[in-house]
Amino acid sequence: MVFSRFRGRRVPAEDAGRVPPGQYVTNGFPVLSAGPTPRTPPESWNFSVQGAVRGAQSWTWADFRALPRETVTVDIHCVTKWSKLDTSWSGVSLDTLLDAAGPTGRFVLAFCDGGYTTNLPIDDLRGGRAWVVDEYAGEPLPAEHGGPARLLVPHLYFWKSAKWVRGLDVRDHNGPGFWESYGYHDYGDPWKEQRYQGD
Amino acid sequence: MLQVRTETPRTASLVLDLPQWPGHRPGQHVDVRLTADDGYQAQRSYSIASAPDEDQLVLTVERLDDGEVSPYLVDELHAGDQLELRGPVGGYFVWDEPLGGPLLWVAGGSGVVPFRAMWRYRRSVGSAVAVRLLCSARSLPLLIYADELRQLACDGVAVSVTLTREQPEGWQGHRGRIDRDLLAEISWRPDERALVYVCGPTAFVEAAANALVDLGHEASRIRTERFGGTGT
Repeated sequence: MVFSRFRGRRVPAEDAGRVPPGQYVTNGFPVLSAGPTPRTPPESWNFSVQGAVRGAQSWTWADFRALPRETVTVDIHCVTKWSKLDTSWSGVSLDTLLDAAGPTGRFVLAFCDGGYTTNLPIDDLRGGRAWVVDEYAGEPLPAEHGGPARLLVPHLYFWKSAKWVRGLDVRDHNGPGFWESYGYHDYGDPWKEQRYQGD
Repeated sequence: MLQVRTETPRTASLVLDLPQWPGHRPGQHVDVRLTADDGYQAQRSYSIASAPDEDQLVLTVERLDDGEVSPYLVDELHAGDQLELRGPVGGYFVWDEPLGGPLLWVAGGSGVVPFRAMWRYRRSVGSAVAVRLLCSARSLPLLIYADELRQLACDGVAVSVTLTREQPEGWQGHRGRIDRDLLAEISWRPDERALVYVCGPTAFVEAAANALVDLGHEASRIRTERFGGTGT
C-alpha cells in the first residue's frame, strides 16, 4: 500500500547494512519500562546464576566488580523501532558468569528488580555475544537505563537486554518472560523482524 | 480512513474504518506503517483512543517536529486514504473491569490517549470503579480532549488538570509540572491500594512514577508507558 505523499527518511548509505528492517536510527537513548524505575544500591545488589546448574553462584557488587571486564561497542535495536549505533558498554562476559556455575539446562529466565523477566536460549548468552554491563559510555549505568547493571544481548531486540538484572535461572525448558507473555516474540531476532508472536 | 479530526494545533485523531479488526483492550496500541513510492517503509506505534465496542478505531497522533511519520499522519492524510496497521499490540498497560480499582491515571501531553480508550470503555460497560485522572498540558489550547474531559465528571471520573506553561485568566486548575505535592493532593492514599497508570514523555513518567513510589504507592501497582520520539 503506497502512500505517495510520504517521503520518509532513508538510513544513510554507510549505515544501511547495520540497520535491521523496519528500524530507524536515533542519536537519543529512549527509555521504555513497564513500571517505576527500581533503585537498588550496590551494597544490597548481587547477581546469581541458579537453577539447572552444577553449582549455583552468587556475586556481590564487590565480587562482580573484581571479575575480568570487557568493553564493547555494539549496535542496539529496540522493538519499538529505534536503533542506536556504536553504543559503548563495560561489564562482565556471560561466558565468565555461566562457566562459573556450569549450566546443564538449555534456556535461561533472566530475573530483575521490579519483577521483570525475559527468556533466552543459553547458547545466545555464550560465545562472546552477551554481557552483564554496569557502565555506559564510560560512566556508571544510570538507573533509568538499567543500573546498577543490565543484560546486554545486542543481537536480539533490546527488551531481551533486561534492565536491573539480578540473575539467571537456568532451565531445561523454555518459558515466556514478561513481554513474551504479552504477545512479544519468544526469540526476537531483529534481522528477521521477530517482533511479535507469529513473526 | 473516514475522517481526520483536529484535536489541538499539534494533534489529530484519525478515525478509521476497519472491517477486519479483531478487537482490542483499552490501553493497547497499534503499529502504523507508511510506504513511499520507492518501497521504503517506516513504522511507529500509536495508542488506540477508542473503546473496544466502538464502530470505528480512533488513533490520536501528536506531530513531533523532528518526526518521520507523525507529521504525515497529522498533516497529510485525508478521508479516503488507506493506512496499513498491525495490532493490537501490548498487553500490560491496559485496564479492563476485572483488574478493578480504584484507579489513578496520570497523563502527560498526548499520554492521555490510552486513557480515553479506558474511560470510554468504563462508561460503555457501566463500571462503577472510581477513577481519578490527572492531566498535564502546556496550555489550555494544547490540552487534548478538553471538551470530553469536562463531561467526564458526570461519569464519576474526578479530573484534575495542570497547565505547565500558560494559564488562561481566571484559571481555577493547577499550575506547573506534576510533582510530589500535587500527586499527594489528588491521588488516592497509598493504603487505598489504587492501581496506577502513568503515560507520557519519558521525563514526565520518571518524575511521576518516582514521586508516587516516594509517597508510598506500591511499585508493583504502577504501570507505565513512556514515549517521546527518539528520547534523550
